[in-house]
Amino acid sequence: MRDVSIVGIGQLPVEKTTSKSLRQLGAAAVRLAMEDANVEKVDALFASNMLADELQGQKHIAALIADEANLTGIEALQVGAAMASGAAALRMAYLAVGSGEADLAVAVGVEKMSEGVAAPALAKALDVEREVADGATMITKNAELMRLYFERYKVPEDGLVNFPVTAHRNARNNPNALFYGQSVSPRSVRNSRVVYPPLRLMDCSPICDGAAAVVLAPSQEARAYSPHPVMILASSVSTDRFRVEDRANPLWLEAAHISAQKAFRLANVNREDVNLYEVHDAFSIMACLLLEAVGFAEPGQGWRLAAEKRIGLRGEIPITTMGGLKARGHPIGATGLYQTCEIVLQLTERAGKNQVRNASIAMMQSVGAAATTVLTHIFGSNVANS
Amino acid sequence: MELSQHWRLKQQRYSLVGEICPYCEGKIFPPRDICPDCGNEAKTTFQFNGKGEIYSFTTVRQAPAGHEENAPYTLALVRLEEGPMVAAQLTDLDDQAVEIGMPVEMVTRKLRSEGERGLLIYGYKFRPILKAA
Repeated sequence: MRDVSIVGIGQLPVEKTTSKSLRQLGAAAVRLAMEDANVEKVDALFASNMLADELQGQKHIAALIADEANLTGIEALQVGAAMASGAAALRMAYLAVGSGEADLAVAVGVEKMSEGVAAPALAKALDVEREVADGATMITKNAELMRLYFERYKVPEDGLVNFPVTAHRNARNNPNALFYGQSVSPRSVRNSRVVYPPLRLMDCSPICDGAAAVVLAPSQEARAYSPHPVMILASSVSTDRFRVEDRANPLWLEAAHISAQKAFRLANVNREDVNLYEVHDAFSIMACLLLEAVGFAEPGQGWRLAAEKRIGLRGEIPITTMGGLKARGHPIGATGLYQTCEIVLQLTERAGKNQVRNASIAMMQSVGAAATTVLTHIFGSNVANS
Repeated sequence: MELSQHWRLKQQRYSLVGEICPYCEGKIFPPRDICPDCGNEAKTTFQFNGKGEIYSFTTVRQAPAGHEENAPYTLALVRLEEGPMVAAQLTDLDDQAVEIGMPVEMVTRKLRSEGERGLLIYGYKFRPILKAA
């Protein structure tokens, strides 16, 4: 494998509803990323999307986007891993360039959740014959985990409040965030409606539309495309027992643990070297359990990182630095690529008011269902490496 | 879900029939072809006794499509006496407050109906263990 770097990024502002179609959204993100990399063609395109088959009745997304972006003729494949699809597309583009199969590859994620009903489509990431058949959804799974966590570790009722509060504070300065410019007080989080007890509305990431893309090139040639390339130091993926109830300890996210350990090994960095962590905060409890699985906190202590305000931009482990899934938004198939774009901005000192100081190593995790599939990526600023 | 899917599941769904691993004696539910504990082939059926306790739970007021007629309902993770954990709805709760550790037992109930001329789908739910009078 040769080293691979990100040489272009493209993000469309996340919106509740856009007038653009699925293919327009995807292609617009691709064009933005290609313009940023100053390239007019690429060898391969990897597209991620979870719900179009259900919500728009459309399959075959990669070729659709390649066509709309006027890239016909190139390799274009769709990559799927439920809510972790964006990171899966990034990984496939990384492998394509790393292996030498492609010299320039684009990974693009797109989701349009404003059409149709998203919740039942999302639930299909669970076991349809067992969990869904009993009336479970992604939210009920997370509510059960949250109840178990609160009871086992005697967590105070407002123990997770600072996860959404931190995410919203950071989204305020991110022009691509769904909650850009809006302030959300700790009180409004604390008093938000209990939707699936003990889980509150403000523990859930919102339904929205969005698309994001990145262009990858061999690190050796990266400077030909970009004055500020960011290197992918590691890409890994792991899986757990499909159903939460089949795991020995449902509060321990083994797939997140294994993929993180593998990524640290591949990148040759320690957890202590990570300057910021884009966590998959689809639900507050998921962010909390991921912090524990990676090792930023001991089991049962993840909530304290938030409660003691150690996850802010100046904290010991900044997370959701541009709003996270909670406040940038979680347009499912695009989410992993938004996270990637945000990390590129952080590692190249372009994150504006949300800049994490001296950020040179960043980590990202993307989660399919209740941590059944977890991808970990670690990135490094080339500035720091040269 | 298609009719054939329901048909394939009926034994486990109606009567909580799983498997016992002939190699490590691990109890398996729902049944699968490879024992999750030791990795050997598992094919011997095993009747679970239907008793267990609540491991965690939540309440659903806004039900997903197809489950509206049951709402509000309580979903739980139930640890069976023999070891495996299942996800299921609770039933016959009346006003009883649910808590982690509460003993429950399996009953066969209607899960949902697919419209007036559609399938009636039955399966297991769990109810609080009735105390002797």
